[in-house]
Amino acid sequence: MHLELIGLGKTFADGKQSREIPAISSVNLRVEQGQLVSIVGPSGCGKSTLLRIISGLEKSFEGKVLLDGQEIVKPTNDVGLVFQQYALFPWRTMCENIEFGLEIMGMCKEERRAIAEKYIHLFGMQGFEDRYPCQLSGGMQQRVAIARTLIMNPKLVLMDEPFGSLDSQTRNDMQEFLMDLRRERNDTILFVTHNVDEAVFLSDRIVVLSKRPAKSLRIFELIAPHPRDRTSKESNDIRREVIGILRQERISPSPAAN
Amino acid sequence: MWRYLPVLLVLCFWQILCFLGTVPNYVLPSPIEIMEGLGTLLTTGMPPGHLLHNHILYSLYRVGWGFSIACALGIPLGLLMGWFPLFHRVLSPFVELIRPIPPLAWIPIAIVWLGIGIRSAAFIIFLGAFFPLLLNTASGVLSVNPILIDAARTLNATQKDIFFKVLLPGSLPSIFVGMRVGMGVAWMTLVAAEFSGVKDGYGLGFMIMTARDIQKPDQILAGMLIIGMIGFIIDWLFRAWESKIRPSV
Ligand SMILES: Nc1ncnc2c1ncn2[C@@H]1O[C@H](COP(=O)(O)OP(=O)(O)O)[C@@H](O)[C@H]1O
Ligand SMILES: [Mg+2]
Repeated sequence: MHLELIGLGKTFADGKQSREIPAISSVNLRVEQGQLVSIVGPSGCGKSTLLRIISGLEKSFEGKVLLDGQEIVKPTNDVGLVFQQYALFPWRTMCENIEFGLEIMGMCKEERRAIAEKYIHLFGMQGFEDRYPCQLSGGMQQRVAIARTLIMNPKLVLMDEPFGSLDSQTRNDMQEFLMDLRRERNDTILFVTHNVDEAVFLSDRIVVLSKRPAKSLRIFELIAPHPRDRTSKESNDIRREVIGILRQERISPSPAAN
Repeated sequence: MWRYLPVLLVLCFWQILCFLGTVPNYVLPSPIEIMEGLGTLLTTGMPPGHLLHNHILYSLYRVGWGFSIACALGIPLGLLMGWFPLFHRVLSPFVELIRPIPPLAWIPIAIVWLGIGIRSAAFIIFLGAFFPLLLNTASGVLSVNPILIDAARTLNATQKDIFFKVLLPGSLPSIFVGMRVGMGVAWMTLVAAEFSGVKDGYGLGFMIMTARDIQKPDQILAGMLIIGMIGFIIDWLFRAWESKIRPSV
């Protein structure tokens, strides 16, 4: 399995002022099977838009998204998306949320319950099956959202700042949880974050995007084995470099003001 | 329970005023007289022979028809309005023009079209309940977080899945608001609709008007009390139903 982005671009029409907002411009990227690739960039640079395009949610855009050479033009079970705001169905219990995709597939109740139970176990969420999202902690809600996506066994998992609204301790726990999960399942993940530490801790590769319209500025390959030491010299060096690029991005003038 | 203590005190005060003759009882009967009036409605009936429970049944029957039709049309149309912007744009002007006409203003034309009887009464009640149902349902669909629709789509949901598994449950709280408001309006409309004549001689509004015709303020007030209590019970039933099928949020 591999993902290829070829010259991806997206321009939003700003309805009120009838002008065009270029969100991303000609992004090229290749993600190989089993990799975790992080995308970092200034906020508002178009990271979410990029993931929405890859997941097939955006109708109009430039360029191509190829999954194993097949063009993606609409949402499929091959690409899963975990939203920053969890996007759980508030009227469904945890278990019913996790089962949603299987239910859509038309799987019978007993069968999907059995599979969901496996995931609930794997995610350490036993005992909360019948709770509604509003009765779960933020970290638990995000785990439910991840389980709801992974239960479909997508070839590619997109995550949009999944831990962005968690407190730092929960965030660290979730990062470690994600690494454990990867050892177990070897999912291919494209991971958006604005947290450089997180990217350095998790990724095989970090793509740094420019500010809007986003284009790829720099790609870092990270080879340190997992679990990583968050404070090792290599980690710090990369962190310093990424932060430097992002700071440069913030202070540099906008390209060709529109 | 303590919050009803002031009500009890006012009732006692009212009873004393009537007892002292400060207020003549042909203007305002005392609470005890109203209870006696209620007894008369239950046993003798108003007009005599037409017992209270039959008035209640006829009224509920009319409301049941009008409200059911309002649900059967208002909820699906509201869902469509919320889901299809074009449908919303086409329907909205009609709603804006027709909704401000009070349901009671339709009574004369309803009688011309449908005659005096269950059909015109149900039509008036339908008009009262329809718009709250339609508009609340539509706004419920519009209030469903678009990100939930996106989430469903990434899990391969078809348009039909999105409609039944996201939009419908997502707008259920608003649909319930629409049903409660619609039922409230329906009940109010009913009683007024029955003022203007019913063929079969039954109905709570009809009962009160008959009591007025023969100068029985105690029975008028007892009838009003019953109307209020039934409205309260219906609303309570809706809330109980809602909390039964919706998660405790
Ligand atoms: N539906 C939309 N219509 C118009 N502009 C949008 C829309 N979605 C995003 N944008 C704009 O595109 C830019 C990139 O947004 P987004 O991808 O959400 O950024 P990020 O996720 O990197 O913070 C932002 O400036 C945002 O205002
Ligand atoms: Mg974003």
